[in-house]
Amino acid sequence: MRMTTVTTADPPLIELRKVCKAFAKPSGEPLTVLADIDLSLAEGEIVGLLGRSGSGKSTLLRIAGGLIKPTSGEVLYRAAPLTGPAEGIAVVFQTFALFPWLTVLENVEAGLNALGLPREETRRRALSAIDLIGLDGFQSAYPRELSGGMRQRVGFARAIVIHPIVLLMDEPFSALDVLTAETLRTDFLDLWIGKHLPTRSVLLVTHNIEEAVQMCDRVLVLASNPGRIAAQVPVRLHHPRNRLDPAFHSIVDELYSTLTSRAVEGITALSQAHGGLVQPLPLVSTNRIAGLVEALASPPYEGRANLGGIARSLGFGVDDIFPIAEALHIMEFAELEDGAIKLTAAGRVFAESATQERKQLFSEHLLRFVPLAAHIRQVLEEREGHRAPRVRFESELEDHLNRAETEKTLRAVIGWGRYAELFAYDGRTRSFALPGSPREQ
Amino acid sequence: MEHHAEVLLGHRWRYRKLAWQDPVAILLVLATVILLGSGARQMVGPFVTAHQPEISLSPVVLPGYALRTTLRMLAALAASLIFTFTYATLAAKSRRAEMVLIPLLDVLQSVPILGYLSFTVVFFVSLFPGSVLGPELAAIFAIFTSQAWNMAFSFYQGLRTVPTDLDEASRSFRFSGWQRFWRLEVPFAMPGLIWNTMMSMSGGWFFVVASEAISVGDLQIALPGIGSYVALAIQQRDLAAVGFAIIAMTVTIVIYDQLLFRPLVAWGDKFRFEQTVTQTPPRSWLLDLFRSSRLLSILAARIGKGVHIILQVRLGAPEALRRLRRWSPPQRPVDLAWFALILGVVVYAFFDLVQFVAPTLGWADVTIAVSNGALTLLRVVVLIVLATIIWVPVGVAVGLRPQLAEKIQPLAQFLAAFPANLLFPVAVVLIVRFDLDPRVWLSPLMILGTQWYILFNVIAGASAFPGDFREAAASFRIRGWRWWRDVMLPGIFPYYVTGAITASGGAWNASIVSEAVSWGPTKLNGSGLGAYIAQMTEAGDYPRIALGIAVMSVVVIAMNRLLWRPLYAFAERRTRLE
Repeated sequence: MRMTTVTTADPPLIELRKVCKAFAKPSGEPLTVLADIDLSLAEGEIVGLLGRSGSGKSTLLRIAGGLIKPTSGEVLYRAAPLTGPAEGIAVVFQTFALFPWLTVLENVEAGLNALGLPREETRRRALSAIDLIGLDGFQSAYPRELSGGMRQRVGFARAIVIHPIVLLMDEPFSALDVLTAETLRTDFLDLWIGKHLPTRSVLLVTHNIEEAVQMCDRVLVLASNPGRIAAQVPVRLHHPRNRLDPAFHSIVDELYSTLTSRAVEGITALSQAHGGLVQPLPLVSTNRIAGLVEALASPPYEGRANLGGIARSLGFGVDDIFPIAEALHIMEFAELEDGAIKLTAAGRVFAESATQERKQLFSEHLLRFVPLAAHIRQVLEEREGHRAPRVRFESELEDHLNRAETEKTLRAVIGWGRYAELFAYDGRTRSFALPGSPREQ
Repeated sequence: MEHHAEVLLGHRWRYRKLAWQDPVAILLVLATVILLGSGARQMVGPFVTAHQPEISLSPVVLPGYALRTTLRMLAALAASLIFTFTYATLAAKSRRAEMVLIPLLDVLQSVPILGYLSFTVVFFVSLFPGSVLGPELAAIFAIFTSQAWNMAFSFYQGLRTVPTDLDEASRSFRFSGWQRFWRLEVPFAMPGLIWNTMMSMSGGWFFVVASEAISVGDLQIALPGIGSYVALAIQQRDLAAVGFAIIAMTVTIVIYDQLLFRPLVAWGDKFRFEQTVTQTPPRSWLLDLFRSSRLLSILAARIGKGVHIILQVRLGAPEALRRLRRWSPPQRPVDLAWFALILGVVVYAFFDLVQFVAPTLGWADVTIAVSNGALTLLRVVVLIVLATIIWVPVGVAVGLRPQLAEKIQPLAQFLAAFPANLLFPVAVVLIVRFDLDPRVWLSPLMILGTQWYILFNVIAGASAFPGDFREAAASFRIRGWRWWRDVMLPGIFPYYVTGAITASGGAWNASIVSEAVSWGPTKLNGSGLGAYIAQMTEAGDYPRIALGIAVMSVVVIAMNRLLWRPLYAFAERRTRLE
């Protein structure tokens, strides 16, 4: 067992004070991705950064590691300002970031290159890290010969070999399959709890709620637009943690409901601004929307489900379940509330209808609740020839959204509009048209 | 002027519209070349042609000649590598240098190297008066100009596309600049560099023949080598000697392919960035031999250790400077000063050029050059169309039969590497014998060497065509023209475009040596821009050489920007299933 309470006596290993990060939009004005972040990593704890994609959690990790400079605010590492990558901070990457032209051993040694150690010392430390992380026998293999799990072990060994005081992990398990990820997680926890690692503190970025609860001593929930810390949830469970434990579940549910209320807040705020036109839409296919409605309508949920529960049963992570749930919420086929999702009357009708009625219903809801779709339709109706170039809407959106969000939103509305037969879109000419208008074929 | 596939491939391609940099860069290249040449020409006055060994036509001398030619090629390759590592690195690391260097490189790629030849020969000869070193360096430089640009370009593209995660990993491990260069950047750019080096070598062969026997105005130089051998054979109408030269060249190409490039490709396979294991990794008997030999591997390990230590030295800018550079925003005053400097040089170059050219050139000359350019453009277009009609069906037929493709593919690549100008005398003999019109029948020579790029790229495309698409087409009984239009042609299109770009670039380059050819006293002139430049080179008429080069550069660059790049972007967009 491990002490999980945060001690206040020692100064934090890494401290972020009022950190902001903004990037320039195409229009030149700044787009704030992180606002006013206060964060500290204390001795002996694993801190989780939980958020959806686009919440800036990876940017935050890179700021803590000195890879990105904050626009404003302070970053302190062992009470001194951090001005760039520093000795004693190691990063484990989501994509492993191994050098494909180096063998496992050479990759691990690469981590030590900057320390200027004698060759024998480098070799000795690399071999012991390889041994610790369970890579014995793979020293002379090239990364492309290894499975994903083995590659990430190399990523861990390469980080551990420099004896980091702080370990920053950027979704280290999310590129792995479920079983492999679980093995790597428990192996890492064994080393951590057994104090076999020189590391004194870990920052873990994740979008997997259960992973956060399984590994972390406290979880910071990041809200998006701009990214800010919305809640802090301590996890005071003993290791090894049991996923079937009701206490474990209640923390998972608490995190889900925090994320849900952030999501609902976001939708409400943006649908009121600018007449709702610039509301970023979740990019989900109508198949998934219909699928979730059907799953919700059938037993055991009968119209109402706990998000954590239904995500688990569908094998979905946060980034899978939330966009669909949000799409349902925006179109009022369901309501998100406190970590639960509840079908509306329209949602129930949708679940019971056949294809043509579904399309009809979907089309009505799209026009009513997605102002962008209604706007496109109206423009097409008013225009002579009933055609409009994509760029027209793109520029409207880009005044308020960044390029990636604009692209995502347009792709979402195109997919939904095509399904609802509200409008057609020609990818070659990049233009919208009314369905059945002469040049649409 | 090599427009190489690797440079144009996929994500490495950064689409750029015709911009102000292009005319400026053309101007700068021309001005520099003319400055060097005209300056040197004044020095060349009292120059007495160095004592030159006699060139012999006996086949016995050929191995020695082949060796000397190969050495020149390798020396030029070494120079190209040094150029690549410095020029491309500077362009990739400095935003301000990039603004100038990259458009410049783009133009240098498109300027026919024979154009440089006339200017640089006099320059080098006058550097070492009375010594054979001058002409040797001139030849090496000529070969260098046919090799360096695309290598530098591919390296620059490599440096600019280093994956973010590897970049972050290197930064988080605090690699020094030196470590980063050898650990991350060079390995990442290596596959493209190796491929372009091979392409450069092929391009170099083509011009080695032209650069060993040079005559610019009154200056006649013949260096012992295969190129001079062929030139003499042509002069003396010795068809047998031409045959010997072809055999010697074939053997040479096979040997250096086996001894140099096969091992290089097999070794370079580990630098591939894709995280998948190849079905059939490239192999080389020589590399296998080296790896299995105990003595050699001990030796190699020793050398490797030494190299390793050198590459691991923590060379780099002082920490304070690096921090300043990394996190300082671009400073406007410095930018303005930089722009002012560029502008000053451009204005100077412009007036210099006008001064050089104005007294001798009139609008009539421009009209002649442009109309010649139009004729060559017509030839290139017709030839590419013809080559497409012939080689696309052949390539598809071969590519869909894996066993056949395995045998044909190396052959096509060998043919692409073979200097086609060795075969020109044969064509001349035939044209004279049958009394054909040289304006029509000289044209195919332009594409003789480069048509193979279309063939082997199409073969590669057809081999990579997904089997399930073919099966789907077969099960829906899509046949005939519809099969070509809806199934196969879209599938091979990006590959075809890559091949056609290379073929068309090569054809322009070849026009200089193929539009005007001779066989002993017989001279055939097909007219066209290539013939124009060749003629003016022979006459030592620098202003008109410059004019010819300028017209060709403009046409080639316009063709790239207005036709090939949009086509490539289109191919990328349309044929991707994502």
